[in-house]
Amino acid sequence: MVDSLISGIIPLKNGMMAIKMKKGSSHMDKIFKYVAIGAGTYIIALVVMIVVNLSTGSAQVWQQEGIGFLTGSDWNSVEGRESYGAFPYIMGTLVNAGIAMMISVPLSFGIAMFLSELSPRLLRTPLAMVIELLAAVPSVVYGLWGLLVFRTYIQDWIETPLHNLFGDQSIIFAGTPFGLDILTASIVLAIMIVPTIASISREIMLAVPNSQREAAYMLGATKWEAFRIAVLPYSKSGLIGAVILGLGRAVGETMAVTMLIGNTTGAAAIPTSLFQPSQTLASIMANEFAEASQGGLHLAALVGIGLILFLIAFLINVVAHLLVARVVKSHEGAVLA
Amino acid sequence: MMETATKVPIKVNFTEDIKYKLVAENISASYDGIVTVKNVSMKFRDRAVTALIGPSGCGKTTFLRCLNRMHELTKNATLTGKVLLDGEDLYSNKVDPIINRRKIGMVFQKPNPFPTMSIYDNVACGLRLNGVKDKKILDEVVEGCLKMASLWNEVKGDLKKPGMSLSGGQQQRLCIARALAIQPEVLLMDEPASALDPIATQKIEEMIQELKKEYTIIIVTHNMQQATRVSDYTGFMYLGDLVEFGETKQIFENPRNEITAKYVQGQFG
Amino acid sequence: MITPEQRAEFRKHFRYNVGRRLVLDKIVKGIVFACVMIAIIPLIAILVNVFSNGAGALTWEFLTTVPGAVGSDDPGGIGPAIQGTIVIIGLSSLMGVPIGVMGGIFLSEYGNNRYGRTIRFLNDVMAEFPTIVIGVFVFVLVVLTIGDFSMWAGSFALSIVMLPIVMRTTEESLKLVPVTYREAGYALGIRRWRVIMTIVLSGAKNGLITGILLSVARIAGETAPLVFTILGSSQFISGLSGPIDALPLRIWRLSSLPYDSAVTQGWGGAFILIIMVLSINIGVRYIFLRNKEKTFIKFRKQGRMS
Repeated sequence: MVDSLISGIIPLKNGMMAIKMKKGSSHMDKIFKYVAIGAGTYIIALVVMIVVNLSTGSAQVWQQEGIGFLTGSDWNSVEGRESYGAFPYIMGTLVNAGIAMMISVPLSFGIAMFLSELSPRLLRTPLAMVIELLAAVPSVVYGLWGLLVFRTYIQDWIETPLHNLFGDQSIIFAGTPFGLDILTASIVLAIMIVPTIASISREIMLAVPNSQREAAYMLGATKWEAFRIAVLPYSKSGLIGAVILGLGRAVGETMAVTMLIGNTTGAAAIPTSLFQPSQTLASIMANEFAEASQGGLHLAALVGIGLILFLIAFLINVVAHLLVARVVKSHEGAVLA
Repeated sequence: MMETATKVPIKVNFTEDIKYKLVAENISASYDGIVTVKNVSMKFRDRAVTALIGPSGCGKTTFLRCLNRMHELTKNATLTGKVLLDGEDLYSNKVDPIINRRKIGMVFQKPNPFPTMSIYDNVACGLRLNGVKDKKILDEVVEGCLKMASLWNEVKGDLKKPGMSLSGGQQQRLCIARALAIQPEVLLMDEPASALDPIATQKIEEMIQELKKEYTIIIVTHNMQQATRVSDYTGFMYLGDLVEFGETKQIFENPRNEITAKYVQGQFG
Repeated sequence: MITPEQRAEFRKHFRYNVGRRLVLDKIVKGIVFACVMIAIIPLIAILVNVFSNGAGALTWEFLTTVPGAVGSDDPGGIGPAIQGTIVIIGLSSLMGVPIGVMGGIFLSEYGNNRYGRTIRFLNDVMAEFPTIVIGVFVFVLVVLTIGDFSMWAGSFALSIVMLPIVMRTTEESLKLVPVTYREAGYALGIRRWRVIMTIVLSGAKNGLITGILLSVARIAGETAPLVFTILGSSQFISGLSGPIDALPLRIWRLSSLPYDSAVTQGWGGAFILIIMVLSINIGVRYIFLRNKEKTFIKFRKQGRMS
């Protein structure tokens, strides 16, 4: 690698040689630094531009609907009777993500605990890799699999028995099980966010110093007790960060949810039953985009939904990263180290 | 010069009729394929302090960790040999390690209190694990152990404070109190004063003298003055071998082995 | 002080609960192992389904021809989608990689200050961001301004998706290069920028390539931002602007068609996509992990020598 730095070898009189190096000029030093700073600043510029563009792109709908765009439930794109409210989709997003979190958080913590505390060393790397491969499968493939395969199993083995058992009187199991509904979408969503939560939690658990575990073992703790006494309290806020990061993923996930949630609009999309089709902020954008005409109110409404999703996701991610970063920092500065 | 330790038959001038609390027989231990303890046998007397000295990397800490089955928690660790506590083999398949770890308390090199727990909970934690729920007993033990670790007077007002709010020396004494709380029979100490200032070190040494009246104490140290101050017996380890083992006075004043002599005179380390 | 009598009294309060605790320990271990199994099942199921359903669709025609008319006897192929995906990956790498690498250089070499921390933080936030929002943003910024969907808009959107990944991995791998390498360069009187561009970058080569490849794998499967930027098409690329097709987008469209032939084609597309994404992921991890292991062993041996 040093070869490229040598510009020439000059033979000297006494039979020795001098090596001439390319050292570069001091102007280039400055230019290089500013280019690097510029590349970093690009990220800030992008975030600012996203806010500005989504705001201007949706200005029309905010003018028309005002705060009602957040609280209203109408969704009518027929010309002359146009009316847009994002409330059902905000609810759909939160419920869908919430159910997915209920499934995936315990599962992910279990996986993380196995990988950091229990797994035989031989299995550790391959298993962690398999979990990460789950994250690499494209969303649209999850959607395709959910739509063509998983949905029928859910419908036949879970939804129909539950519906027959509890009937239409029970609110959350009401409605004819069709397979394309909140339940299916949130289970597939749960599968998709497991790797995110599991791999971050695993790293946070691994970051707990071994001296903590040894202190617990010294007291005669079993593996589980050592985990409960030494690992869990130590990594608590990092694990919360991992969960919130997973929530951020769940909220913004688009394709698989779009393909599975059944896609209704307006007040019908406000979730009440698990077996009911609904709609999320992300899925309504993907679904209706093709129908919205340029410059119209419909398009502005979809961009406005993008802005709402941006704000929700931004908030979630900022909180999550602050939590995770604080854990990492406190680990670095711990008196224990 | 001293690439390998010349093996000298180890003569320990104990009389055989003394009952030993803890006996290690032919312990060999390795991790990551590197053998760090080579066929070491030692006997530890009750109510006495035994010091293990030797240059760093000589295997004394690993050996100590074999005595309460802590070594097997290390990555890629292997171990052969026997450890007898009151004549009962700790490594027998019939006994789960957690039963005996309770009988053998351990203090680590760096203070490692549980950071999220209060001072009180740090000490009481081991008792709760063992099913002690009686608040009165818990209070009594916490107070007694903190007193034994000579920490009580400094913290009695704020037992609810987190353990991490204490200074380094106090944290180490808190860890000692935590180890004492489970009422062990043997106390293992892995360089307990290496991270502490002289005053804190002195406190801990005084405390060891006090604890000795009731416990079997084994202390790893690479501070030779400390070994002479606190211990009754001393074992010198070098490159994984136990080179010499005997009464502390004899080891330091009249070592039988050339390497031991050089080490205690401070010619290497 | 605790007297021996007191100690004996305390010990009486210890419950002989070891058996129960060990049973609880076993139960927890069982549950935790079950969690791992539950998480692996979907991956296996997806792979089995995609491979068994998709392999049958693969023919030369399928890979190279344009899609047939909807519902017609001849289902055609997904040629434009494959072409579009390759073109878009290439273009977005051209846009995203240089900025990402320079940004990573900034974070690692010049970013040890408040400004650097802010950018690092925003970068982390962007890495986990809903990609559909990026799609809408590029739609408003590029598509509405220019007036047409285009490969440029799509590539720009995907370059934003890959940027944080490249930046982060670049930073991390540059930081792994020992300071002594840099000092050796400075000692020879070589300027900082040249030290970074030659000595540091080549020392961090493996990490850089890993980051770039992983970000390519990530954008290859991205669908949501493309919906707003390239729209989708059933024709090969004919000009620099106008809608084009991409593999994930085509899979989505095919999945919503009520014909068996379309479904089979959807599986075929998913097969190609998943082979692409997983082979990059597995390959990179295999090479990278092996290297990491090697360096680790090297450092460990050195540590033991000293």
